[in-house]
Amino acid sequence: MHELGLMQQVIHILRESAQKEGIKRISAIKLVVGKMTAAQPDSLRFAFEVLAKSEDWLNNAVLDILEIDLTAQCKDCDEHYAVDGYRFVCPKCGSSANQIEGGRELYVDFYEGD
Amino acid sequence: MKVKLISNILDANTAMAEQNRQLFKEKGIFVLNLMSAPGAGKTTLLEKTIEELQGKLRLGVIEGDICTTQDAERIAAHGIQVVQINTDGACHLDANMILRSAQTLPLEEIDLLVIENVGNLVCPAEFDLGENLKAMLISVTEGNDKPTKYPLMFRESRAVLVNKLDLQPYTDFSLDILQKDMEQLNPEAKIFYISAKTGEGVADWCQWLVERVSK
Repeated sequence: MHELGLMQQVIHILRESAQKEGIKRISAIKLVVGKMTAAQPDSLRFAFEVLAKSEDWLNNAVLDILEIDLTAQCKDCDEHYAVDGYRFVCPKCGSSANQIEGGRELYVDFYEGD
Repeated sequence: MKVKLISNILDANTAMAEQNRQLFKEKGIFVLNLMSAPGAGKTTLLEKTIEELQGKLRLGVIEGDICTTQDAERIAAHGIQVVQINTDGACHLDANMILRSAQTLPLEEIDLLVIENVGNLVCPAEFDLGENLKAMLISVTEGNDKPTKYPLMFRESRAVLVNKLDLQPYTDFSLDILQKDMEQLNPEAKIFYISAKTGEGVADWCQWLVERVSK
């Protein structure tokens, strides 16, 4: 999708928080990205490299991206299941009525620094 | 030092979308976010929808394109209040663009605001504009593989309009396969089979819209 724009937003979030917490250099960042968001982890990593390069407070940070698989809960029998290939079919009762549980995340979980 | 954030990256857009939602609710406006690939027939469908809803609902339109005002001109020719957003490169509309352009429309005179998004099967699905519902078009000339190739948009849409039905005899498009794919991807979506060119199926689509707006 717009990994460059998304990483700019991540850096904005980090900058604001680091300033508030009095953190001068960030050493680690954890992002959580669901498999059904239109954001590619590799592209996010590349975008981060490009954007963080000239930022002293950021360019030594290790970026860790946790990818979350697509899971859903069946609305008919309450079964929780992993979704294969975007086919929402309950393995227990065969229903397609569902609520997505995991796979749509896109957030900054935490960061470390001093 | 570890700082826990759990800060959603699209929060800025989501927050603005909620502001939009509040504004439209106050003005009593139902908002439809209309999406599709380029050339699927959004503007033509909108023109037919305008004709069908004449006297039933007061429409307003926000047109989104990378450039030109061609679509807004087509809508304006029907006597409808319309504003054109030119994104100059952005491939989807966002909540901020909608807030700025909505403020140039006479919101007191609008029952149904249709936002015609930029032609794109990927990004618009991710950006909440403050709409009441998302609907999308897929034309029979695009092929049956679109739902499985672009699952997010088909999943996010409350209505999926299969357009260019008049061309179906000249393609390999199967309505059955689409139906089956949608049953597994988004069983709650309402599917309409239409030809915006001939008008086939448009009345049913408009009737459904009117019912939703009236709720």
